[in-house]
Amino acid sequence: MTESTGGIDMDEDSSGTVKKFAFVNRKAPYGTIYALESLEVVLISAAFDQDVSLVFADDGVYELKKGQATKAVGMKNFSPTYRALEGYDIEKLFVEKESMEARGLTVDDLVVPVEVLTSEEMATLLDEQDVVLSF
Amino acid sequence: MKFGILVNEGPYNHQAADTAYQFAKAALEKGHEIHRVFFYHDGVNNATKLTEPPQDDRHIVNRWSKMAEEHGVDLVVCVAAGLRRGIVDDNLAPGFRISGLGQLVETGIQADRTVTFGD
Amino acid sequence: MLHIVNKSPSERNTLDSCLRMAKKGSTILLIEDGVYGATKGGVAENKLKAAMADVKVYALWPDLEARGMQDSVIDGIEQVDYNGFVDLVVADKNVQSWL
Repeated sequence: MTESTGGIDMDEDSSGTVKKFAFVNRKAPYGTIYALESLEVVLISAAFDQDVSLVFADDGVYELKKGQATKAVGMKNFSPTYRALEGYDIEKLFVEKESMEARGLTVDDLVVPVEVLTSEEMATLLDEQDVVLSF
Repeated sequence: MKFGILVNEGPYNHQAADTAYQFAKAALEKGHEIHRVFFYHDGVNNATKLTEPPQDDRHIVNRWSKMAEEHGVDLVVCVAAGLRRGIVDDNLAPGFRISGLGQLVETGIQADRTVTFGD
Repeated sequence: MLHIVNKSPSERNTLDSCLRMAKKGSTILLIEDGVYGATKGGVAENKLKAAMADVKVYALWPDLEARGMQDSVIDGIEQVDYNGFVDLVVADKNVQSWL
């Protein structure tokens, strides 16, 4: 774990500070690498015992679409990883309602259970964060 | 105030690396501290010493190195993103170091504000 | 909260998303190609003017100038340089870049 966390000893360096982190995903998977590399940061963040939320808005909602099959494009299908997040105690996944509906999707189309928030609710959630990292 | 900076795009291709630099420079001049600049995604390409822009263009890589030298700014390149793109210790410019993604999360915890520059 | 938008509103929906999810009383800073949103006659002019009742809008003048748009900034949008950018980040308790 020390290698993946950059050699940081969590007990010493995080010194009990718990911040609210939001990872905001607004980009579709595969077309660019942002979605995949965002997920890699999220997994590492689990080691720091922070208050982590994942936000999916705009094309970021497509990251959670069921049925991704990447064999023919020759890329790694990373959508199963979203289902593994629970095992890392990352359980706060939020989808913006407007973005989901504008793409003809419902929660049944998504690989993981999420909480659907209106734009206004999302605005409040984002406003409450200490650190917002967007990819 | 203590700032963390995240750079997600390579130099020259996108203005993000320039804006991040101008922001960091202004922050230092105003007496703030830069806790760390973390280079992720194609941002890792800011760290290669093989960069040779035309003489009449700014040298983005050297600019970072100089900032590290003059102000002790910690320039960290993500190891996983770097390996994907061929950025390793052998071609690292002065002032940069390679480390894990945990350094980004740690900056988020330690810095008063973390500002992202990207596409 | 400070919201930073760096995309042209005629190419991407970033400014729309930011306006939709920005809380009343927050601040928006337009940088890089985002500064086209701050200009008169651009696609975002009317929605930005309407939003300015609820949010304060700034634009980074080095980016306006670089693009030759310095003379067509919408009234009421304040221009800042990189020092002003730093001050805006300090002034709000958190910051989000709408990439």
